[in-house]
Amino acid sequence: MSSLALAVTLPLLGALLATLWPGRAQPLGLAASLLTALASAWVIAEVWQAGALRLELGGWSAPLGIALVADGFSAAFLGLSALVALGSGLYASTYFSTREMQARFWPLWLLLWAALNALFLAGDFFNLYVTLELLGLTAAALGALGATPEALRANLRYLLIGLLGSLTYLLGVTLIYIAHGTLDLALVGAAITAGPVDATALALMTLGLALKAALFPLHGWLAPAHANAPAPVSAALSALVVKAAFYLIARLWLDVFAPLITPWAASLMGLLGAGAVLWGSWRALRAEQLKVLAAYSTVAQIGALCLFLPLLQGLPAGAAREQLVAALVLMALTHGLAKSGLFLAAGLVQRAAGHDRIAELGGTAQRLPATTFTLGLAGAALIGLPPSGAFIGKWLLIEAALERGQWWWVVVLALGTLLSAAYVFRVLSRAFNQDPTPGRFVSEARTELPALLLALLATAGLGLASAPLWRLLGVAPS
Amino acid sequence: MTLASLLPVAIILSSLIPGLAIFLVREESHLLRGLLNMAGALTKLALVGVLIWGVYHGHVYEARLALAPGLELVLSADALSVLFVSLSALLWLVTTVYAIGYLEHSPNRSRFFGFFSLCVSATVGIALAGNLPSFVIFYELLTLATYPLVAHRGTPDAVRGARIYLAYTLSGGVALLIGAIWLQSLSGPQDFTQGGYLSNLSEAHRGALIAIFALLLAGLGVKAALVPLHGWLPQSMVAPAPVSALLHAVAVVKAGAFGIVRLVYDVYGVEFAHALGLLGLLGALASLTILYGSLRALAQDGLKKRLAYSTVSQVSYIALGASILGPVATIGGLVHLVHQGIMKITLFFCAGNYAETLGVHRVSEMDGVGQRMPLTTLAFSLGALGMIGIPPIAGFVSKWYLGLGAIEAQAHWVLLILALSSLLNAAYFLPILYRAWFRPAPAAWPEESPRRGRFETQGALLWPPLITAAFCLLAGLLAAAPFSPLEWVELIARREYP
Repeated sequence: MSSLALAVTLPLLGALLATLWPGRAQPLGLAASLLTALASAWVIAEVWQAGALRLELGGWSAPLGIALVADGFSAAFLGLSALVALGSGLYASTYFSTREMQARFWPLWLLLWAALNALFLAGDFFNLYVTLELLGLTAAALGALGATPEALRANLRYLLIGLLGSLTYLLGVTLIYIAHGTLDLALVGAAITAGPVDATALALMTLGLALKAALFPLHGWLAPAHANAPAPVSAALSALVVKAAFYLIARLWLDVFAPLITPWAASLMGLLGAGAVLWGSWRALRAEQLKVLAAYSTVAQIGALCLFLPLLQGLPAGAAREQLVAALVLMALTHGLAKSGLFLAAGLVQRAAGHDRIAELGGTAQRLPATTFTLGLAGAALIGLPPSGAFIGKWLLIEAALERGQWWWVVVLALGTLLSAAYVFRVLSRAFNQDPTPGRFVSEARTELPALLLALLATAGLGLASAPLWRLLGVAPS
Repeated sequence: MTLASLLPVAIILSSLIPGLAIFLVREESHLLRGLLNMAGALTKLALVGVLIWGVYHGHVYEARLALAPGLELVLSADALSVLFVSLSALLWLVTTVYAIGYLEHSPNRSRFFGFFSLCVSATVGIALAGNLPSFVIFYELLTLATYPLVAHRGTPDAVRGARIYLAYTLSGGVALLIGAIWLQSLSGPQDFTQGGYLSNLSEAHRGALIAIFALLLAGLGVKAALVPLHGWLPQSMVAPAPVSALLHAVAVVKAGAFGIVRLVYDVYGVEFAHALGLLGLLGALASLTILYGSLRALAQDGLKKRLAYSTVSQVSYIALGASILGPVATIGGLVHLVHQGIMKITLFFCAGNYAETLGVHRVSEMDGVGQRMPLTTLAFSLGALGMIGIPPIAGFVSKWYLGLGAIEAQAHWVLLILALSSLLNAAYFLPILYRAWFRPAPAAWPEESPRRGRFETQGALLWPPLITAAFCLLAGLLAAAPFSPLEWVELIARREYP
């Protein structure tokens, strides 16, 4: 069996088994997580060797059959999912203490992971639609696991908006099918024309995906949904689910529809991104609760990723373009890892304090040195301070903006950096007070360590040892 | 990776690894923590010894790590890095001893010493950075590592001081980052080069180069406390005394000044910077800072605040030296990098001793402290007289070379600045010495500590200032001896002006 198929079927199988044996959901879930992560690693290893993979399901080739494909871009996101899902899953195995919660959590969790992997590996527009729907459904169900009225309300809204998003996307897909008679990404990419049909299709799909990615000004649903979900779920929602929608936007804009993109369209995306960076950071700064802060910071990050689009527009294929795309991936990965670490740590703070109101966190933050350290490391990566991967991404982004004479994006990034520093240190400063000294660094290894490791990967790992990622993305070292 | 490339890495790791390990040490394990601290500090000192020997004999030590295409983390040791690395390694050892004594019974020591070591690692990284991106990386890491030290006490004042510190330094960091990227987009990736690497850029970039210099100088000026970017420094005085000592003598302020030196000599090149008219800007800012800092110091009653404004003033001697074209002024500025460090750390140690032993925090409370704590006050007097520029203490050598350099470069206004500044230094230091030695001691000290050893205070607090005071004296007396700071700086100047 091919690695591509395994990366999708293993979590599905795990979800099925965990549903059948709810009493054993946790061990089954953990085992399936480990196997899925291994399958993802296998895909990455194969892409590393071969550059790109393609699997025609059932031996039927496009346009008749459907295909799973993987290149460096998708392999990188597959790896991100594996790391975040593994870390958050491990955390969740302690976080959800009752059998009942575990039995509800694991099937949905594995379904979510299967949907993510399928999305990253899908080779045609319709498969993508199916994975988007599955992703939206499982994400909303997971978000409502806490079953508080606020969580239910927020996630019902999330579900409906997600449906609206996927339907808008489906409308675009229909146009594509009518115009080209195929849904295969590669075949459509080759047949793209600069006509109104393809442009409308792209606009519709982007709109649908922007809703799902919570791109400013369509971000209103995100903060309540992410802030009210249980911590390991928030981690996956913010780090992966939103990023998956952005991944698809990037695929369409940089790859399939690249010849269609006008400077105006790309600038519009950049402008929305700039709005997201400033508004998201500002709202995060004003947030009263830690998890709301983290959620708004996600809005800002999606915005920062959009700033790459105007700079990539019109950049001819070659080393400069490859490097900038790689910088985009590096930034997205860093944000994903850091954000999951941040949410997991926030969950621990919330559990220890009984609330997550920033103004009253005082003693709790000081009592949990490892968790506070995690908040600090993740925060440094979110700000884009060295040596995080986001710092390198930001460096290359600013360099590209200066070289292309679009200095206004630099101003946005500078303001975003300062605002994010302000909201991160608003939390960290609570850890300095005159409460009694904590006795030891780590108090609960099974929850604190996954969070710490994810944050550490974002800061030191992707910052200092990103060479394999560049190689995976096909950028020659210079 | 060869042995030669391993040395700079090892010098950073010698404090980074103990630092990370200390976080994990349980709060009550004094011995283990002390052991890690001292092992790190001594290892670093030994490694730096090897480095000094090697660089003197022309060996090349360089380690490279590709972060991204066109972005490399470079650690390399030239004569200038060695100057700063040696200063950091030596003073770190002394300050660690002092800090162990100072914080013996206070809370959160594992956190404190963890970040303390990270802070020194970042400083050494700044010293060894071989190109501008690496410098920026360590410069920002230094900001992150010092924030918890400034906020350490956890009082509302400390948290506020730390927030102000952060607001200044992170804004400066953004300016530095943008300047560095802009420069790299013009010049391509380049290593620091003696004599600079920009002079063959086309004439069309002249305006951009001036703007970039201003951005970089703004970023560096925040940490170097150039007026008007100095506002954070007096606020961060809330930090514990060993932190102030380290911040003012080695780490933060010195990192800014060192960055200015790198910028002038190894990025722009002093002659090219002069041709662009940038040295005038730097000289004016430095002179303004020197006078302004001294004037503000006069008005402070808090001892640490007075010392803080004195730092604002004294660190700008380094920038002043860099702003005058000619080898002699270069020597004066660079040697002050070391001299100011040892003098200022002595003064802060002493201020900490007065506060910790007697509860004396203000100049107005210092009547007769010389009779109660003669050894500490002796060290304080040496540091203060050195700052004024009394021979044969280290500060005299700096001022002498700065003055000579000014005459050589026909910049006679600098002499006026030096004279005014020395007068002001005397005006804010001599009254302290007079009070301490000649006024009668009060019947009771504000808050006398019950703990004292055989001497006037605990040994761990007494030895460090005595040792650094001895350095101040020796650096002046033996200025012409081989491997003295002055001799080493002359080596750097010979390499900059071939």
